[in-house]
Amino acid sequence: MSTNNLTTSPLRRQRQKAVEASKGKTGQLAWLAVPALIFFIVFAIIPLAGVFLLSFTTWDGIGAISVAGIANWLSVFTDPGMYHALWLTFVVMILSWIIQTPISLLLGTFTAGSQKYRALLAVLYFLPLLLSSAAIAIAYKALLDPNFGLAAGLHLPFLAQDWLGNPNLALGVVIFVIAWQFVPFHTLIYQGGVRQIPRSIYEAAEIDGAGRVKQFFFITVPQLKYTIITSSTLMTVGSLTYFDLIFVLTNGGPGNATRILPLDMYLTGFRANLMGPASVTAVVLVVIGLVMALVLQRLGGKDRTGSQLEGM
Amino acid sequence: MSATLTGSTTTKRDRDMQPAVKLNRPKGRFNLPGGAAGWLWLAIIIIPIYYIVITSLKTQAGYFSQNPLAFPAKPTLENYKMVIEADFTRYFFNSVIITVGAVIPTLIVAFMASFAIVRGNGKFLKGVNALFLMGLAIPLQATIIPVYLMIIKMNLYDSLLAIILPSVAFAIPLSVLIMCNFIRDVPNELFESMRLDGCSEWQTMWRLALPLTKPAIVTVGIYNGLGVWNGFLLPLILTQSPELRVLPLGLWTFQGEFSVNIPAVLASVVLSTLPVLALYILGRRQLLSGLTAGFSK
Repeated sequence: MSTNNLTTSPLRRQRQKAVEASKGKTGQLAWLAVPALIFFIVFAIIPLAGVFLLSFTTWDGIGAISVAGIANWLSVFTDPGMYHALWLTFVVMILSWIIQTPISLLLGTFTAGSQKYRALLAVLYFLPLLLSSAAIAIAYKALLDPNFGLAAGLHLPFLAQDWLGNPNLALGVVIFVIAWQFVPFHTLIYQGGVRQIPRSIYEAAEIDGAGRVKQFFFITVPQLKYTIITSSTLMTVGSLTYFDLIFVLTNGGPGNATRILPLDMYLTGFRANLMGPASVTAVVLVVIGLVMALVLQRLGGKDRTGSQLEGM
Repeated sequence: MSATLTGSTTTKRDRDMQPAVKLNRPKGRFNLPGGAAGWLWLAIIIIPIYYIVITSLKTQAGYFSQNPLAFPAKPTLENYKMVIEADFTRYFFNSVIITVGAVIPTLIVAFMASFAIVRGNGKFLKGVNALFLMGLAIPLQATIIPVYLMIIKMNLYDSLLAIILPSVAFAIPLSVLIMCNFIRDVPNELFESMRLDGCSEWQTMWRLALPLTKPAIVTVGIYNGLGVWNGFLLPLILTQSPELRVLPLGLWTFQGEFSVNIPAVLASVVLSTLPVLALYILGRRQLLSGLTAGFSK
């Protein structure tokens, strides 16, 4: 290895020099990034700073904006509603992860196989990806109707519950519908991941006498480490944006039973016209998102230079 | 080994020189738990979709009298007619306008930025790249209140442009990330030969990098297009006129007005999904790879 190294590295260095030389001058190229940068600064970075500033103001969404100091922060953090919303957000985030990850992993491995019927099943699995959250929520409202929905169709009386009207059941329904919507997406990610695992590893394991189950736990799962981290990052940061589905399905109800943080931000800001407190909630959302992404990234280690989610 | 000696950039360049890794499908492997989960999940996916479709073909009387999962005794397209007459064509065209209007500028500005980030050097471009990468970790929906304020101040409130502009901005980070990965994979020798032929970077970008990045551009276009097409929050907050409604918003208001007529509501759900379904049937592979936007790469 080391001799090989000595002979190749000068060549590599030479090539690298050529690469550097062939790159355009910064001044020529930098302006190409300017349009994207302007879009991003105006509609993402300025609002990001803006949401922080607005959290120190009073605004009803129409009239004048006035400075409020830390009043909003005090009122939000002394409001039990905030802690309830925060708690619900984490419950949805964690239960979604616990439910969706094993199913997606299993289905991803399953659909990665080359059997024809699996390919056909996969075509059907991915159908929910095509529907908008609003469409899914509206469809589930009809499906969950105790008299004219699935329960009556399948003749299963235990399914005939007031799913969206019972505070204890509504959150479960929300988590189920989120899984219905997003498991296909994560299945797709895992399917791609499994297909990249070199066949030879399985062949070697087979020679060593490892069974299918062992192969799954000792080859497939460890080989998918980065896929699992990518999928988990998307799942957890994504759960901070579940807004439309819950808004249409339950509008946070019954009572406050499904009022998670993003929905709470909308209802406080645009329905109760309290933009100041809603901005505080938004800042909390941004901070949670950044922290979650950083923690998950740390779990993945630092050797992911080629990773898709580098820098998250 | 060699990576530690010559630095990671070399290995990255080196990787570009190797042929793309062939996909390895584990072939013909029997998988009992996977199979069981597979068929069970199929039922979970298909039964609701079946229910939506058959109910949308029922009369209201049929909806109340028949078994919910039974095929309609007298299938009717009346519900669809009613939905189309409720201005859904307008919603459809609004959705087309915002989707095309957001995706095309996104692709252009993201492609130019990616080319600059990969081919150029210097602090400015490094900073731009870092900024976009940071943007990936931020739930941008949380910035909706200041976006709303700015749209009002720009006199754009209640226009389709109000939806388009933030959509472009929100789509840039991921688009740039994916396109950069693709442009990095273009062998440097090709850039070099363009340079020796006396092409400017501008010409190199359009004549060399653009054709070679086409798969990534399609992928990013589909991913962003679906996001905008199905988006709900921006239209809800940034528009109010009924004639500016896009499909998801139209669905929601239709559902509010006709909540007693479930077959018609479900017909609106089916109709709003048809364009994407057509795309799925025509180009499933492209669409699916677009949906994960290369996350599985």
